[in-house]
Amino acid sequence: MFVALRDLRFAKGRFALMGAVVLLITLLVTMLSGLTAGLARENISAITELPADRVVFAASGDSAPSFSDSRVTDTMWREWQRVPGVSTAERLGITMGRVASGERGTGAAVFGVENVRDGEVVLSSGLAEELGGEPGGKHTTVRISGQDFTVSATAGAASYSHAPVAWISIGDWQRTAGQDAVATVITLRTSGDPDLAAADTRLGTVTVDRDDAPAAIGSFSSENGSLQLMRGFLFAISALVIGAFFTVWTIQRRGDVAVLKALGASTGYLLRDALAQAVVVLLLGAGIGGALGAGAGALAGDAVPFVLSAATTAVPVAVMILLGAAGAALAIRKITSVDPLTALGASR
Amino acid sequence: MTLRIDDVVLTYPDGDRTLTALDHVDLDVARGEFTAVVGPSGSGKSSLLAVAAMLLTPDSGRVTVAGHDVSGASPAARTRIRRDHVGVVFQQSNLLSSLTALEQLLVMAHISGASPRAAAVRARELLIAVDLADKEHKRPHQLSGGERQRVNIARALMNRPEVLLVDEPTSALDHERGIRIVSLLAGLTRENGLATVMVTHDLGTLPLVDRVLTMADARLSEDGRKTKADLLAAPMGAGE
Repeated sequence: MFVALRDLRFAKGRFALMGAVVLLITLLVTMLSGLTAGLARENISAITELPADRVVFAASGDSAPSFSDSRVTDTMWREWQRVPGVSTAERLGITMGRVASGERGTGAAVFGVENVRDGEVVLSSGLAEELGGEPGGKHTTVRISGQDFTVSATAGAASYSHAPVAWISIGDWQRTAGQDAVATVITLRTSGDPDLAAADTRLGTVTVDRDDAPAAIGSFSSENGSLQLMRGFLFAISALVIGAFFTVWTIQRRGDVAVLKALGASTGYLLRDALAQAVVVLLLGAGIGGALGAGAGALAGDAVPFVLSAATTAVPVAVMILLGAAGAALAIRKITSVDPLTALGASR
Repeated sequence: MTLRIDDVVLTYPDGDRTLTALDHVDLDVARGEFTAVVGPSGSGKSSLLAVAAMLLTPDSGRVTVAGHDVSGASPAARTRIRRDHVGVVFQQSNLLSSLTALEQLLVMAHISGASPRAAAVRARELLIAVDLADKEHKRPHQLSGGERQRVNIARALMNRPEVLLVDEPTSALDHERGIRIVSLLAGLTRENGLATVMVTHDLGTLPLVDRVLTMADARLSEDGRKTKADLLAAPMGAGE
């Protein structure tokens, strides 16, 4: 790092420019990561927080499982309860509807579940706040699809497809939804190693892990895919920009490298020195960018869905540093081809 | 001998032809001996220096540097021997623009893995020896041509080499400063027991060296060797 650090000190302007580019890209990636996670949370948290480990969809030909297409029958539900290794098989109905309280109303995901009593509703905190319908509050009843329900509790910040959630009994759900089916999906709790594939084949269903079930929410796949693609492009752009910078920098340094080689510096020494220089720029740029992104996310957290966690801050920073170092490593490999002989004579 | 070149042949491909840069060249330089190599452009002086510095591998012959036969040595071994036993003074000072005068010397110690504290002492001693003690924090652009060349010389001595190879040290200097630089090299050669080979066109500096060899048509034979007096009496043609 002897020459690397002194180059950084000497060519402050150039390295500050590069560091600023890394900083801005990291800031953007960090904010995008937090926003992606925040939007995902608003899209799928009601599914990922289900008290189950598997979700069973009605098969629909060769199509991938989909919450909007799935309709499970009473037979499916009863048969799944008898599958060895299945501890519980509960019906879960999902529809999008309007929940109103007095003059206030909003769109919400209505979940029909088996642990809420008929005539009662449990509101997610976001919905309760919007309606003011928590027990003891101004409104103790809410109207869903023309039917009144007593608010029995509020429970968590769950949301589905960017809508807050109202949980009602599965019986009420079947009546309000006007569906022929008994539920949208079946949620399973399993123990041991049940033969789910055989049951799926026999019953005409598709079972997926709970954590894979969000892919069956149409909007989640397209939204998350787009945001992840943007993130991927930003990482790639950053590696390319850093690689381009260090390519130019290495070309400019060829004379110095030739001199150092002629003086006895090994190629390994010079490569380590140059890579360390890139890592210092990356650590500073990405570190500050990540910190600023986390700070901005924390400030914006009330206004936009933003998840501030190690996965949305430390991971993007680490990826930026790793990819940037890879780009720089590709660029500085040109050091190996510098001929120390060029240091002799008057060619420099 | 500290530097020995035995029967070295070096050729370059040049289109369909092969150019001979060194044609069965022999050279012995002992400790404390300051040898100048002069000759017209293209005679092979720089190739001789590059072979001695292990930057070029000859087609045949043997090169021994500080007791190490480097003829069959790997590139890594040649680099290590150059680092530990050879000092190179470049034609242009070739100082690194981001380093101060002191750091130009310290980088040599860093390359060789020497103790930073001992290196700092050694570097300051050398800067005093080349009369640049008050310039240790100056960068190359803040130094004159002569000062840069003195830093170049001090840098070459940093790792206590046994062999000093000097490439046209006065080419960018006026006569007076050229004389001072070569005088400095002569003094350092004797004080440090160096085997110094200097390639030069500056005949005015030859009275300061111990031995003058002439390179012509890729040959440096004992028979072709001239005395300093001969060379000064019959100056050569245009420089390389």
